[in-house]
Amino acid sequence: MVVQALKDNGVRHIFGYPGGAVLPIYDEIFQQEDVEHILVRHEQGAGHAAEGYARSTGKAGVMLVTSGPGATNAVTALQDALMDSIPLVCITGQVPTALIGSDAFQECDTVGITRPCTKHNWLVKDVNQLAAVLHEAFHIATTGRPGPVVVDIPKDIQFAIGMYTPPQTAPRTSYQPKIQGDLEQIKAAVALMAQARKPVIYSGGGVINSGPEASHLLRDLVELTGFPITSTLMGLGAYPASGAAWLGMLGMHGTYEANMVMHDCDVMVCIGARFDDRITGRLDAFSPHSRKIHIDIDPSSINKNVHVDVPILGDVGRVLEDMVRLWRATVKADKKALAPWWEQIEKWRARDSLAYKPNDDVIMPQYAVQRLYELTKHRKTFVTTEVGQHQMWAAQHFGFEEPNRWMTSGGLGTMGYGLPAALGVQIAHPDALVIDIAGDASVQMTMQEMSTAVQYEAPIKIFILNNQHMGMVRQWQQLLHGNRLSHSYTEAMPDFVLMAQAYGCHGIRCDKPGDLDDAIREMLEVDKPVLFDCRVAALANCFPMIPSGKAHNEMLLPDEASDEAVANAIDAKGRALV
Amino acid sequence: MNAQLQPTGSAYFISKEVAKPEKHTLSVLVDNEPGVLARVIGLFSGRGYNIDSLTVSETEHEKHLSRITIVTSATPQVLDQIRHQLERIVPVHRVVDMTIAAAEYGHDRPLERELALVKVAGTGDARVEALRLAEAFRANVIDANTGHFVFELTGRVSKIEQFIAIMKPLGLVEVCRTGVAALNRGPEGM
Repeated sequence: MVVQALKDNGVRHIFGYPGGAVLPIYDEIFQQEDVEHILVRHEQGAGHAAEGYARSTGKAGVMLVTSGPGATNAVTALQDALMDSIPLVCITGQVPTALIGSDAFQECDTVGITRPCTKHNWLVKDVNQLAAVLHEAFHIATTGRPGPVVVDIPKDIQFAIGMYTPPQTAPRTSYQPKIQGDLEQIKAAVALMAQARKPVIYSGGGVINSGPEASHLLRDLVELTGFPITSTLMGLGAYPASGAAWLGMLGMHGTYEANMVMHDCDVMVCIGARFDDRITGRLDAFSPHSRKIHIDIDPSSINKNVHVDVPILGDVGRVLEDMVRLWRATVKADKKALAPWWEQIEKWRARDSLAYKPNDDVIMPQYAVQRLYELTKHRKTFVTTEVGQHQMWAAQHFGFEEPNRWMTSGGLGTMGYGLPAALGVQIAHPDALVIDIAGDASVQMTMQEMSTAVQYEAPIKIFILNNQHMGMVRQWQQLLHGNRLSHSYTEAMPDFVLMAQAYGCHGIRCDKPGDLDDAIREMLEVDKPVLFDCRVAALANCFPMIPSGKAHNEMLLPDEASDEAVANAIDAKGRALV
Repeated sequence: MNAQLQPTGSAYFISKEVAKPEKHTLSVLVDNEPGVLARVIGLFSGRGYNIDSLTVSETEHEKHLSRITIVTSATPQVLDQIRHQLERIVPVHRVVDMTIAAAEYGHDRPLERELALVKVAGTGDARVEALRLAEAFRANVIDANTGHFVFELTGRVSKIEQFIAIMKPLGLVEVCRTGVAALNRGPEGM
């Protein structure tokens, strides 16, 4: 029945790991060919792989794990999907109904543990409800603001025979996400935008979640209005990095021009983003002179951190459709009025905030990402990352032209996300080039999934920017803790090339800038999973940066970041923040 | 040495709360299904909101709907957040801030009542005084022998608080309270 429900919900692949309490479902999987099961090496890997699968396809990712430790290992991936709004359906086995509550072997309170890290969850106690619950699970995971759901199925229910009901579109009455935006509000927003002299569009992951049409409409809107656009980490690719209006990413490690525009603007149009603390910096100094428009499908995101003047509740795609139509019909575009604003932006751009000192002897991490981009940009490339400095360098220096090509753990910041996510992306897109831009510390958290990649002949490329440290931790220790590098240096680094051989995949090491291009080409040509150990400058810092307690217009830029400036970047007040 | 002891910096930007907290009563209509109360109170503890009082019971049997009444204190902005966060819970049908709704109808507060059972033990003058005061508060005696009374009292929270305070020196043993039940005045439902 479970497998039938998966088929009826359009599922082709699931990621999972068997165990006692899910054996009946695994037995069904064995006896059919419509749903392909990918056997991971750890349940967290199944979760991130399903997330990568979901984010690169726009469909729900599905994972199947056993009770107890299977379920608890899935928790990190569930919370990750919750914070980044990824549709993820997690099916967990449970001990038989009669044993629930008896501390049975491999029992845990799965619905209790996963309640705060899912959009909704169910414990199925009646086999006749099973099909309906599974259909509802898919419906809730994929509609409204997407998110993870858990369906916990006791073993006796898996064995039981009951009535199967096909999917139907009569969801429960209490769950009715608002899709269509209020037209009066959209009119008010367009009127405000038409008067703007210093506008900015600030887009986020909601545009990607809304589907490819939303990205097209966003591009139309930018084209029509002539507004500059910046994006959050999660929203990269919705507007092409090569576009004329593109300012680069904003926020803590965003570009100077993007953050200055946010600070000085008079009208801010926030589309599918949520004013996260990594974006806003000091809230009381966040964009003090602007009127703010906020489009979001989740009412709780509106006015949560930042007060907005024109809230529009609805699906980004639908609202943008109305907005573009209204702009076309009612506004006579006067792009000249924005000329002084663009002049100012060009001045900020000229600061070249992503610049770094090139080096002939050591590979600079930024250089490595740039070369990787240059050598892959002509191909259909998907990029995943782990979490840390390498993630920010990837976001800053890799140009994303299309939505759904960039998979990263934004909200939760899960180290170890990238490798299994790359696996999930590769399963969904067997012919595409899938690269995990990784850090040496993060990648070791889920390294075991290399074995999965080898088993399923998924030629993922793990490009490790190896600086021997937890680079971002080390950078914060340098900035905030007197450069006392407490446990951020990895003394016993494995030999990644030997490790690759042990897994039966391909290993490459490169430590000279001059050899880098050839080494990357080798990585791209090998039709196997690759572990690429790119030895980069160990102590490079990720700039620009908004230090603690500072506003958008008080960024620390790379050319100003002398040792003294770094040491004094955060004043006593900033230090006092908890 | 002082440098070592200085508070360290942070990856977070904390701004001080300036608005004053207000006490509001929320009514939440939910599907009566397993775990729904855990979802609601888990939200409050998980996001650091306060619960001053909580009452829950199935109120529409044929539709399996329960009504949860929560009294909470927060700033207006956080109250708004609480309402939206509650609305995100899948089995939640409606959330009404009864305090705001009352204000919109032009009333001071919603109708709020609580029931308390109060056990008082004693003999002699104290016992007589307890009974006399209970009559003044319109409390019912629902159990008694020569050494104790159990009073049943309904009313506003302030009345119950006052009654309990008065009973303290007269031999108060224990108290059980239901928490606040609330409706708004007028013919309309929530």
